[in-house]
Amino acid sequence: MSRRQPEPVQVVKQRRDAALHALAGGVPYIQFLGIQFDRRGDELTALLPFRDELIGNPFLPAIHGGVTAAFLEVTAVISLSYQWLWEDVESGELRVEELEAGNLPRLPKTIDFTVDYLRSGLPRDAYARARVTRSGRRYASVQAEAWQDNRDRPMAQATAHFLMPRNDG
Amino acid sequence: MTAEKDRIARQFIETIPHSKALNMRITEIGDGFARIEMPYDERLVGDPQTGVIHGGAVSALMDTTGGAAVMSHPEAPAGTATIDLRIDYMRAAQPGQTIVAEASVYHITRNVAFVRATAMDDDRDRPVASATGAFTVERKS
Repeated sequence: MSRRQPEPVQVVKQRRDAALHALAGGVPYIQFLGIQFDRRGDELTALLPFRDELIGNPFLPAIHGGVTAAFLEVTAVISLSYQWLWEDVESGELRVEELEAGNLPRLPKTIDFTVDYLRSGLPRDAYARARVTRSGRRYASVQAEAWQDNRDRPMAQATAHFLMPRNDG
Repeated sequence: MTAEKDRIARQFIETIPHSKALNMRITEIGDGFARIEMPYDERLVGDPQTGVIHGGAVSALMDTTGGAAVMSHPEAPAGTATIDLRIDYMRAAQPGQTIVAEASVYHITRNVAFVRATAMDDDRDRPVASATGAFTVERKS
């Protein structure tokens, strides 16, 4: 029986982390906001550490609604891209060296983005996760949710549509 | 009286830390209308291969401009908060160009202000993005 040996876990992890790093690490705006990603298998959680520069209402104080929207949009687009690349990352077709050299597939383009503000953003760290509800060849729909101290009390939710990059070359 | 209110709204917007971080500048405000500029900045790039500004920064600009328009409305006595905002991204903003957003309150009730906004680069005839939103009307208590 010539069943293929499973790859060593660190090789798989290195490839997954490289893909994630290449997607998010190279985008100046993601660095500007200070957004980080925590990866567990194929699940991503975005983290937005609080800093004063993110404040939108100095009297409350509260996180700027634009920051919350941007945080959800970044989470949606990175989660969508990561899922879109997942198979190529897993099969090894997407090589670590290529990713680390910054040779990345193009990112999906946002068509539209709707955000509902559910609670005011406290001066604390925020977290977000996105779910790809449809991923077609040309269009994708993604839902995202952000929360702070309590997962059951989201601060904002969003729905977004994306135009997928062409998969030719 | 109105001029005083506009001054307060302008001052409020310009002291917002995140608006300052994005170098936003109010160029016109009053009677439920606001225009705010956001200069091109490499820190806001969303696609390093093209240098195009990230949609999130455009969202932040739209949200701020919408809120400023509400605050400047004669029937909005105090502050405001965004209830929801929908943004349509029509095209990529030209790298290097300032983005200008204009927002106006097209309807207001005791509790809710309805806002439309448009974002443009130097080519004013072809908007970069358009938005609609609902904002709260905070009452002085």
